[in-house]
Amino acid sequence: MAEQRSPVDGAPLVTLYDEELPPDNSYAFSPEELEEDEMILNMGPQHPSTHGVLRVELKTDGEIVKDARPHIGYLHRNFEKHAENIDYQGVIPFTDRMDYVGSMGNSLAYALTVEKLLGIGVGERVAGIRVITAELQRIASHLLAMGTYGMDIGAFTPFLLCFQQRERILDLFEWLCGARLLYNYNWVGGVSHDLPEGWTGKCRRFLDEFVPVLDEVDKLLSHNKIFIRRTADIGIITPEMAKDYALSGPNLRGSGIDWDLRRDDPYLGYENYDFNVVVATSPHGPVGSCWDRYFVRVREMYESVKIVRQALDRLPAEGDVHENVPRFVRPLAGEAYCRSEAPRGELAFYIVAENKKPIPYRVKGRSPCFVAMGLFHEITRGEMIADIIAIIGSLDIVLGEIDR
Amino acid sequence: MSAASIIERLAAHLGLEEGSFESDAEAKDPWIRIRGDRLVAAAEFLKADPELDFDTLHCVSGVDWPGDDPPAIEVVYHLTSLTHKHWIVLKTRVPREGGSLPTLETVWKAANWHERETYDLFGVRFEGHSDLRRILLPADWPGHPLLRDWEWPETWHKIPVKPGRQMTERAEGGQMTGVGPFD
Repeated sequence: MAEQRSPVDGAPLVTLYDEELPPDNSYAFSPEELEEDEMILNMGPQHPSTHGVLRVELKTDGEIVKDARPHIGYLHRNFEKHAENIDYQGVIPFTDRMDYVGSMGNSLAYALTVEKLLGIGVGERVAGIRVITAELQRIASHLLAMGTYGMDIGAFTPFLLCFQQRERILDLFEWLCGARLLYNYNWVGGVSHDLPEGWTGKCRRFLDEFVPVLDEVDKLLSHNKIFIRRTADIGIITPEMAKDYALSGPNLRGSGIDWDLRRDDPYLGYENYDFNVVVATSPHGPVGSCWDRYFVRVREMYESVKIVRQALDRLPAEGDVHENVPRFVRPLAGEAYCRSEAPRGELAFYIVAENKKPIPYRVKGRSPCFVAMGLFHEITRGEMIADIIAIIGSLDIVLGEIDR
Repeated sequence: MSAASIIERLAAHLGLEEGSFESDAEAKDPWIRIRGDRLVAAAEFLKADPELDFDTLHCVSGVDWPGDDPPAIEVVYHLTSLTHKHWIVLKTRVPREGGSLPTLETVWKAANWHERETYDLFGVRFEGHSDLRRILLPADWPGHPLLRDWEWPETWHKIPVKPGRQMTERAEGGQMTGVGPFD
């Protein structure tokens, strides 16, 4: 076939195909294998309930989902390959773009890993600031999860209230480092900016005003009869399954497993803070349901507020936040694997270093959402199509982190 | 349980004599390296033994070592025990050309997607895997990008994919990127 030119000059993406379609791994089910009354239904990648560009292939029998396969990779940028060409500090903006609604947690995990590799620590003030920002980020991220989850199910008001509060956290972050979403805030050995004058006061004020609003949203959504009926009986992840699939964070605790890295393998001095690990109690149905995972997030916000308050109270007044930032990052040959409790679960980085090289040999990000998506086909089997949306929302995935 | 005793216990079970395998209990993340054909036996023991009880497979990573003799891809398994709160790293090497490893999907189901990713980005084949398809990249993507000698194609289906020279030049010239207080 003669080559067809792009209909728009200089717009390469508009080029028409003049070759055969590529081999396809985009279908897991084939029409030949279908039984009577079954059909293959494609959901996404452009679908408002998939929280990004996720495509789910469903094998359905009427409204019942017989099987489901998620297809990921639409946002794949392979930051791991890029990281092999950039110095250690330069990778931090790339990590920000993994979980783009929880950036503080990502750069924190990366910075902790490089610090472990170098064998350096941070001062008390930096540790305090990191705890404050990480917990505020957790609140912001959980607010997003809570609000959009309500909207997935059909409740619009909680979404507005949640986003109003989330906006205030973003304002605080903007004041702190100039960015609202991708902060590049946690550096190796420190943070980019010290807290501006008056920031702690505004932060306290936010916490004071936030808790009553959270109470209200909680009342509005969590114990709403319709909401409970929609979510408390579907997407069951048993504790055994959760361990087998290595779930982490609220998804793991939503299955009734008492595990939190902040308590069980503390970093940044989390062992000195007084907080509870929230584990699902399942008053409305079997343990590990969508409602359990959702409610763990709601309760966790209260715990985060507690932690931020304590961190603000004991933050040392003086301290240079660039004190321990190394002039050059050139670690000795070796490797480090460091996990941290990001809003969506255990985010870890695995870094292999060559001797005294400024560029990492290998950086691998262990994404909690990627892991959670691995069990999607198990919990959707036998559910209704409408419940698939509730299940995706309850896992609280961000596609930027799944695809990296 | 301390890392040294975990390694000792595993080596004793596998019948490895001291000096016949590599391990480091003093490293930042204590590790043990075993041969690919003992991988499943080691994993099953690590999970089943009540004193070790490694119930979760945290992460699977590949690392390409083309300069080693023989050239190999190292596959690294990070394991966690939620019950005993201890950690261990299991490493194994697979030849760069035509090598394969047994799948650990039968031991921890979490291995399924991790192994698909390692296959996708490194080309390591996992024997016995239930669904070894590419996961992040399109099916006809040329090669496995995380191999050190992989080269960018100019285009993929006429879409330009090669990154600008700016990024690679900066790195090769040893310049610092614009992060940090000293730029």
